[in-house]
Amino acid sequence: MNWENIFLKKQSGKEILLGNNAIIRGALESGVQFVSAYPGTPSSEIGDNFSYLSKHFKTDFYFEYSINEKVAMEAAIGASFSNLKCLVAMKHFGLNVASDALLPFVYTGVKGPTVISVSDDPSCHSSGQSEQNTRAFAELAHIPILEPSDSQECKDFVKLGFEISEKFKIPVLIRTTTRVAHQSGIVKLDKFKKSKNKAKFVKNYNQFVTMPPRVLAMHDELLEKIQRIKEYAEKSEINTIENSAKGKIGIITSSVSYLYVMEVLDKLNLKLPVFKIGIFYPLASDKLKQFIKNLDKVLIVEELEPYLERETTIAAKDINPKLKIYGKEILPETRELRPEQVTAAIAWLLKKQYKLKNIEVPKTLKRFPSLCAGCPYWLVFNGIKEAVKQSNLKQEDVVFGGGIGCYMLASFVPHNLQDYLFCMGSSIGIAHGIKKANPKQKLISLVGDSSFFHASMPALANAVHNQSNPLIIIMNNSITAMTGQQPYPGITETGRKEKGKLIKIEEVVKALGVENLRVIDPNNYKEFVKTVKDYLNKNELAVIIARSPCLRIKK
Amino acid sequence: MSKNKKINIVISGVGGQGLITLGNILARAAFLEGKDIKMSELHGLSQRGGSVAVQIRFGKKIYSPLISVQEADLVIAMERNEALKSCLFGDKAKTIFLINDNSIFSPAFGDKKLDSFEVIKNKILPFAKKIYSINATDITTEKFDMPVLAGIYMLGCAISKGFIPLKPENVLKAIEDIVPRGIEDNKKAFNLAKQSLI
Repeated sequence: MNWENIFLKKQSGKEILLGNNAIIRGALESGVQFVSAYPGTPSSEIGDNFSYLSKHFKTDFYFEYSINEKVAMEAAIGASFSNLKCLVAMKHFGLNVASDALLPFVYTGVKGPTVISVSDDPSCHSSGQSEQNTRAFAELAHIPILEPSDSQECKDFVKLGFEISEKFKIPVLIRTTTRVAHQSGIVKLDKFKKSKNKAKFVKNYNQFVTMPPRVLAMHDELLEKIQRIKEYAEKSEINTIENSAKGKIGIITSSVSYLYVMEVLDKLNLKLPVFKIGIFYPLASDKLKQFIKNLDKVLIVEELEPYLERETTIAAKDINPKLKIYGKEILPETRELRPEQVTAAIAWLLKKQYKLKNIEVPKTLKRFPSLCAGCPYWLVFNGIKEAVKQSNLKQEDVVFGGGIGCYMLASFVPHNLQDYLFCMGSSIGIAHGIKKANPKQKLISLVGDSSFFHASMPALANAVHNQSNPLIIIMNNSITAMTGQQPYPGITETGRKEKGKLIKIEEVVKALGVENLRVIDPNNYKEFVKTVKDYLNKNELAVIIARSPCLRIKK
Repeated sequence: MSKNKKINIVISGVGGQGLITLGNILARAAFLEGKDIKMSELHGLSQRGGSVAVQIRFGKKIYSPLISVQEADLVIAMERNEALKSCLFGDKAKTIFLINDNSIFSPAFGDKKLDSFEVIKNKILPFAKKIYSINATDITTEKFDMPVLAGIYMLGCAISKGFIPLKPENVLKAIEDIVPRGIEDNKKAFNLAKQSLI
């Protein structure tokens, strides 16, 4: 792949782009100046490829991997307040972390236009935790949300997002799902726009300070702004109606579901009217009313929670109370949609003969993801088991706290070392609660090194200060391994050309008041086992930093 | 039914076998022939030795990135046990299965025994018009000392046998565009597949 040509040089023609790469291209065509991200599947390529471009070519943007999504968001807020055009990228759970900064940011609005790219993962292909739907942030934060369906739209919607952000002085969220972010398709390339925004923070108390009572006025202003954006959405070309005025049965859809709908209509040679919603929030409800006005039946094809279905139900009350609305009644509310489910739903609606085939796929042994051969985590997991055994304990006697990273694989055979799993940083936080509930409970909390900086430091400080006594093992493989080898503050490498300052985990741990601390290479197996055993029997909080680099680190 | 003829290909296997690169090559070759394309892939934890399936579709106009059940024209299975999981997309009337006779162990299997290849093929039969098997990993290990070329070799088989309606010269061009290094070995493996005995 000729990166320089595809991302930085070509100004016309077509290329095959992954959805995430189309987001990058859209930002570059818009003249993005400041990009921050925290990796997480299915969003990681956005940061990775911005990083690659900034390391290998002459570029006009600043890029960083921030230590977590909230900090990435705050960095972009600062850059936006300083007049730069900004992009922030993360996965859906990242937005939970970032939401504390996001909500006031929507109140203050932007100075430099800002787009936030968030990738959901229906069906949890690469996510534990929950099957989260970022659309819920629309009402919570009053942030405009655009939903592209394919790579071309990923590029176009990012550009449009910057335009909306500039026009209405508000951050704009681009929501993709795994099947959009990791879908490849043909994208038409356009010219690059050069941003002339000069970076300068000009004080503006009225805009940037959310002290009450000003914050309440900001709330009023935000709602007015959203009303103006709704009027814009009513006329927007990305809320489109296809096959209009062709029958009494219509379909409302958005995101990748739209592609399944079009595939089915093409396959069955049907021309049903389709309302494709590009701007999910604020919804073009007048256009929606126009669309449903003369219909007898409407099918809503959307993944996860029935937001569009609810809006349609509300709209129909005024304009067409007899309208029959079908959505979650016939399509599932959990897991991603599959094209054959959409085929079955449309066929059912039209009373056509089509039965969803119940195919029994031949059975085979399940193949879980597993640690790479030679991964140092093998030694850590086996060493823990050995130490438990040598302590005359059974594995059942010890609670094993899990976290987000390759060490999630502790969950599977042959390890079986995971008794709870939540979110970034929660391994220690929950361990503290368990230990406070019952100080005699033996417990080992596993923490990754990127997770440590991401959200574990406050939990560790809390456990030290409030004096609980878990054994914490920080898996120090010197990289963010699971999402594809991104740098983090424990090394000097950064996401850009320039080196960063290395922060030693042991110094942070010491500074947080931990007295029982050992740094051990688990390859020094006997010593590692002995230390786990010793610390497991201590009545005070203890930390072992198991230091051995990931095998996949590119030399 | 639609006149828009679409080719649907599933490439299944185990994370780390280079499935996404194979998919990118096919997508690129179809693109070079002026076709519309869609490809769907998964990244992340599933790559760590888990099951992976890449889906590639091309034709005049393609909407969905996902292939519907029973609608694959071709399944390329880079690992024989993984071929079973692709049966969801197989249809007795049309689906060709091209299977690499290669079995990859997973710690998840424990002491449980995997099916023999004969048993696997019998299980696939109700979902396949025809099953072809090939020792791609053995061949590329012997000839190039590079088992990772098995995918390109399988692709060479599929193209030379006409299972994928794309011109070999365009696939070779796509290999040049997509493969980051070892382009010559990749091309050799692709061309060598013409002599395969399937």
